[in-house]
Amino acid sequence: MLGQVVTATTAAEQFALRRRSPVQRVQHVLHSYPAISPFLVLVISFAVFTMINPRFAQPNSLSLVLQQVAVIGALAVGQTLIILTAGIDLSVGAVTILAMMLSAKLAEGNGLPGILAVLVGIALGVAAGALNGTLVTRIGLPPFIVTLGTLSVFTAIGLLYTRGQSVQAVDLPALLNWTGETFAVGRFRITAGVVLVAVLYVVVGFALANTAWGRHVYAVGDDKEAARLAGIRVDRVLVSVYVIAGAIYGLTAWILIGRAGAASPNAITDANLESITAVVIGGTSLFGGRGAVLGTLLGALIVGFFRSGLSLAGVDDQYRVLAVGLLVLVAVAVDQWIRRVRA
Amino acid sequence: MNTSMTPVLSARGLVKTFGRVVGLDGVDIDLFPGEVLAVIGDNGAGKSTLIKCLTGALVPDAGSMSLDGQPVQFKRPQDAREAGIETVYQTLAVAPALDIASNLYLGRERLRPGPLGSVLRMLDKKGMRRDASQALADLGIGTLQNMAQPVETLSGGQRQAVAVARAAAFGSKVIVLDEPTAALGVRESNQVLKMIGEVRSRGLPVILISHNMPHVFEVADRIHIQRLGRCGGLITPQSHTMSEAVAIMTGATTLDETPGRVGGGA
Repeated sequence: MLGQVVTATTAAEQFALRRRSPVQRVQHVLHSYPAISPFLVLVISFAVFTMINPRFAQPNSLSLVLQQVAVIGALAVGQTLIILTAGIDLSVGAVTILAMMLSAKLAEGNGLPGILAVLVGIALGVAAGALNGTLVTRIGLPPFIVTLGTLSVFTAIGLLYTRGQSVQAVDLPALLNWTGETFAVGRFRITAGVVLVAVLYVVVGFALANTAWGRHVYAVGDDKEAARLAGIRVDRVLVSVYVIAGAIYGLTAWILIGRAGAASPNAITDANLESITAVVIGGTSLFGGRGAVLGTLLGALIVGFFRSGLSLAGVDDQYRVLAVGLLVLVAVAVDQWIRRVRA
Repeated sequence: MNTSMTPVLSARGLVKTFGRVVGLDGVDIDLFPGEVLAVIGDNGAGKSTLIKCLTGALVPDAGSMSLDGQPVQFKRPQDAREAGIETVYQTLAVAPALDIASNLYLGRERLRPGPLGSVLRMLDKKGMRRDASQALADLGIGTLQNMAQPVETLSGGQRQAVAVARAAAFGSKVIVLDEPTAALGVRESNQVLKMIGEVRSRGLPVILISHNMPHVFEVADRIHIQRLGRCGGLITPQSHTMSEAVAIMTGATTLDETPGRVGGGA
């Protein structure tokens, strides 16, 4: 039976065995490897921006892109996990700022040792994620609504707690600023924060691709009911995703202190939308179940390239906003198209 | 069918109500080793409710069940699965974006041996693909070669084959198929019927829920007719004709009025 050849007997079956048109072949390839399109966009934008202004490709401007991208890139890892389950997290920025302000305030003027302050930040992210995940699973509210609510709640708590005041780097223990330390890799200048983000991508990428947990995340986002019937504890997977995303936001708070050189409750106001933008441009489907952190990394880099490239080209920053907006629309349209692939 | 054998799965007096709606009104059912028992019935007769109670998707309000003579109670689908009852649901219950091997092992993934598995929790993807391929070949499905192919690129029949193969690979006691041919064409249906025969020849009993009388009469050893929440009769393809079965099913006649050629079998 193994070598059985499918013979076309009816007209419809012959139609099914027809040769694919070039467009369909592209659709199939993109379906199998969704990271190809953001990768192509990244390569093309690199080439174009280098042509416009050769300084774009110099190690110091590329190093700057990496440092600029690190924070959003890290948040986008958590956002990817949540979007893979067909959810969305609007509270990303609020959780990060709250975690950052809590650890900075506690550590200010040698209050709490640096390591404990970092752990408190991560613990706050975990608690916030557990709250989001519990509201999504227990009360059964859509993630959009839950995180819209917690966005306001966490933002308000952050502002009330800090009375709107920042904590400067000089008042913080060295460990909290460590993520901003730079070191040379060849002619590139890399920060410790960038390295942390790279490790984050490797770890989460590995877990998604190679563990049962990763399979379950995809299955839950793909078809919740099918996952449940296959014996997956859907609620447990969902809560784990929100908790891990929260831990990532807590870690990102530490990276943000190093990057900004201060802890300010008004930092990263666009984090919610920018993290979603990176995920979507990276080819992860907002409908859940398909995508990967590799695409998100490419998506975050694309946004960074556009910021740096267009500013070096000397055009108004609004053109970057315009270009990124168009990219999002194209990415969503491409996702819709490749999802319609059939045998 | 030799009724002196111990049934593999047996239920007595199952009752399930949904508010004022009575789904099951005291149903008895026995499944014997190596048989295909079809469950037929009109819409709303309680077929699905019966199957859901047997497979843990619903908890019956009253009644008892036993598996291999031991009393059992299923609170969740996992309980039934762990006891060896595998179900292929009408909605297919496959994750479209995941590949064939991932779907076959969904919820029961196998880890790599050694520290890669125990410490890093790495999946044994190669092994799962190899065994998935073997499981499909065992059921006579040779047309699916690439186990890394996403299920959404398969035809309805091929998806059904994946779902049945999953049940056959993991079901140790009973396999339940809910309308496995409802969405399939003639040739694909025949393939699924062949798979059912293949599963039976391994000695695994099968409960088949279907609307399709020719399919039921082709593969079933006995037929349980569900009627208005009760068992309207237990017949065999030899004792009754298809039109008699439909007549009992729709209430045009009863088993007492139409006893059939060699008795009702019950």
